[in-house]
Amino acid sequence: MFHYTIRRLLIAIPTLLIISLIIFLLLDLAPGDPMAQMPLTVPPEVKERMRQALGLDQPLLVRYFLWIKQFFWIEPLNVLDSLFGWNLVGDAQRIISWQTRSPVADIIAQRLPQTLWVVGLAYVIGVLIALPIGIISAYRQYSWFDQIGTFVSMIGFSVPTFFTGVVLIILFSVKLQWFPSIYDTTLVVDDWDSLMKQIRQMVLPVMVLALFNASQISRFMRASMLDNLRQDYVRTARAKGLSEKVVVLVHVLRNSMIPVITVIALGVPTIFGGAIITEQVFKVNGIGQLLISAIQANDVPMVQTLTFIFAVLIVLFNLIADVLYGILDPRIRYD
Amino acid sequence: MTWKTLLLGATASLAFAQVAQAERGSDGEVRVIYYQAPSILNPYLSAGTKDEEASSLILEPLIRFNPAGEMVPWLVTEIPTLENGGVAEDMKSITYKLKPDLKWSDGTPVTAEDVVFTYEYCTAPGGGCAQASIYEGIDKVEAVDASTVRILFTEPKPVPYVAFAGAQGPILQKQQFADCLGEKAPTCTQQNFNPIGTGPFKVDEFRPNDVITLSANPNYRDPAKPAFAKMTLKGGGDAASAARSVLETGEFDYAWNTQLAPEVLDEMLKGGKGRMVFAFGSLVERLEINLTDASPSLPADERGTVKHPHPILTDIKVRQALSMAIDRALLAEVGYGDAGKPTCNLVPAPAAYADDTNTGCLTQDIEGAKALLEEAGWTVGAGGVREKDGKKLSLLFQTSTNAVRQDFQSIIKEWWNEIGVQTELKNVDGSVFFGSDPGSPDTFPKFWADVEMYANNFNGADPEAYLAERICSKIPSPQTQWQGQNVGRFCVPEYDDLAVQLGQTGDLEKRGEIARKMNDMLTRDSMTILPLVYRGTLSAASNTLGGVDINAWDSQLWNVADWYREK
Repeated sequence: MFHYTIRRLLIAIPTLLIISLIIFLLLDLAPGDPMAQMPLTVPPEVKERMRQALGLDQPLLVRYFLWIKQFFWIEPLNVLDSLFGWNLVGDAQRIISWQTRSPVADIIAQRLPQTLWVVGLAYVIGVLIALPIGIISAYRQYSWFDQIGTFVSMIGFSVPTFFTGVVLIILFSVKLQWFPSIYDTTLVVDDWDSLMKQIRQMVLPVMVLALFNASQISRFMRASMLDNLRQDYVRTARAKGLSEKVVVLVHVLRNSMIPVITVIALGVPTIFGGAIITEQVFKVNGIGQLLISAIQANDVPMVQTLTFIFAVLIVLFNLIADVLYGILDPRIRYD
Repeated sequence: MTWKTLLLGATASLAFAQVAQAERGSDGEVRVIYYQAPSILNPYLSAGTKDEEASSLILEPLIRFNPAGEMVPWLVTEIPTLENGGVAEDMKSITYKLKPDLKWSDGTPVTAEDVVFTYEYCTAPGGGCAQASIYEGIDKVEAVDASTVRILFTEPKPVPYVAFAGAQGPILQKQQFADCLGEKAPTCTQQNFNPIGTGPFKVDEFRPNDVITLSANPNYRDPAKPAFAKMTLKGGGDAASAARSVLETGEFDYAWNTQLAPEVLDEMLKGGKGRMVFAFGSLVERLEINLTDASPSLPADERGTVKHPHPILTDIKVRQALSMAIDRALLAEVGYGDAGKPTCNLVPAPAAYADDTNTGCLTQDIEGAKALLEEAGWTVGAGGVREKDGKKLSLLFQTSTNAVRQDFQSIIKEWWNEIGVQTELKNVDGSVFFGSDPGSPDTFPKFWADVEMYANNFNGADPEAYLAERICSKIPSPQTQWQGQNVGRFCVPEYDDLAVQLGQTGDLEKRGEIARKMNDMLTRDSMTILPLVYRGTLSAASNTLGGVDINAWDSQLWNVADWYREK
């Protein structure tokens, strides 16, 4: 297993390098201009000088290798600097966002907490809701519970979050005025009042995302449970005289969890990617909102860095899912 | 009691109400939402309106423009003129006197050196200053004494109020930005995010593209202002949700640029929590007509150049017919409601420059348009499309992707269809259309189409530079990397002469006359630009927020020091 993991990690390096090049080339080929948002009153020659100040007059390959150097060398050094108070970076140029003229990594670090709180919590809640629903739906297949569960998850899965989000805002913020429609990212939780405030502002976005996540995962759970419930070992377990509780929650559930855990693990990178639409609707201003605003402004270093971080996470969690699979299922061995 | 005394009484009591509350920081917090989140608080590194306006809370220019487009001395004692001796007789220099006892928010005095430094900052090579154009034509900026600054121009400047004016030209603190010149400008993140200014507020925390928290500047020159102790400027989302947070949920006090369909706004106003405020500047939505042939059959370096005149649109009768078929009042109503007026002028304001007599295009005349086309030899052929010498009257009409513009496109297509003009519609994403990639076929200056629609305005309140964009040498072509704003490829020597004349005339009345003539040459006389709608700026304000005076000639937040909470 250890060798397998090492081998996979080594393979990941060229994979990621190729991904980074592809991202870079795609962004470069895509039409768009970082100066397009500037008003037309700014003359073309001024825009040209601004582009030069951003380094856009450099050849493609130079820009690519500069980015590689900044991402793999200068930014990690900077992390060490801030952890231990050293000064390894010195005057070296970090990856600078074109929109804000400030280091990309600092903005990402500033945004990550919001995203992890809202999107991460929604994922956890989604999983917590999905598992029992999936189990009961499978155990009582075609019961009213299963029917309702199927109906709700179909709605959660097929209605887009930009719709549910706005509906919830109109219902709970505009009509009932229970929850705010705009998330306050500067809120500091240090007492009971602010904690309640934080919970109130998280309710709506978490609800929207949790519904979406839960409907997806509960379907997997249900399908996997149904597969296992029909297996011979279940009949054997029952014949041995084991209680239904033990049969379902110990024997069937454990085996059914194997594919579901893979699905859950593969979904984790999407937490870091943020929820572009939901963040935009509720103004959570996390990573998703950062990505979309950077795309709109053609802020290439920001988009490049974010998408590459997502790529790293996806590669990483694929590996984790594979390793978990081997640990959970004794039939699978990689060595 | 007459009306006059009644009004006077009302004004007096209003003034009194303001005086009664006049104590700095007595009104708590004001919450403003910008659906486009500010990215940086240094307008010299971004000309984005959102960034300029957010910066205007902190940084201030020497002169501002009020909602009528008139100059207001802001950090200076008066507007220098030829009469008061502030402008030199030869019009080659202007002298500003700073207000006495001006302080930065850190308590240090504002001096003429700061003004000089600001000029150096924006003109330093390698800095990519976004406002470089307002400092063009300046030979030198010098500090005469601690509170007097003189600008020397290379040529006589009849309108010298461009530098250090409006939201584009605020003064930076020399001490803070001294190490940020030229190529170092982008490395000064701390400075760019937390500029020290003279404005009513100072930055507590700046989160790029998210939220700015500010508090009242303890050293602001008016000890009674601002009434608010704190300000939160949140960014993100879209115009509709920003408007909703003011008009329906009341979470915010002011939402910037809530340009929405009139019926959507009416519905939101029923929430009863706020009102719409609007102001008109110089923004005009217009059709530009391409006088050159952009047909794809031509080689790429000749396509859309003056070498090939347009086969259809060089005939003024056709251009006129296209204009006559349009009902501008309907377009303004449908697209912009209260924030739009039909117009025939490219320069719709200020009053001194706008031609009130140019109103001929306001009435739609379908029959007249048809007659004109007949006269020009275009007769109705198969499918109702006009033809001449076997050639169909068919046009490609492009604009940027935007709900209102696509509505306009389809309505105009309908009208043109009625007069027998076939129209093919195309829309291009704004970041490409307004981008300036010379390799892209879809930018608005390249204009590889027959007709295009967009909006533009001018900075400050003087249209000289704006009208000068239409001279022959500003025609985009492969030689200019397809840059230049004379997108219709309009070229009349008489117009070029007038542009030179305007640049040499100081007398306001004469300037107005020349500008109006140039405006008419582009619109009524040549029909190369068909103005459609004079667009205002529309924002939403809470009913409890007083003192709002929205301004389209400067930052919308220009008078934020006067804002207060209605009790």
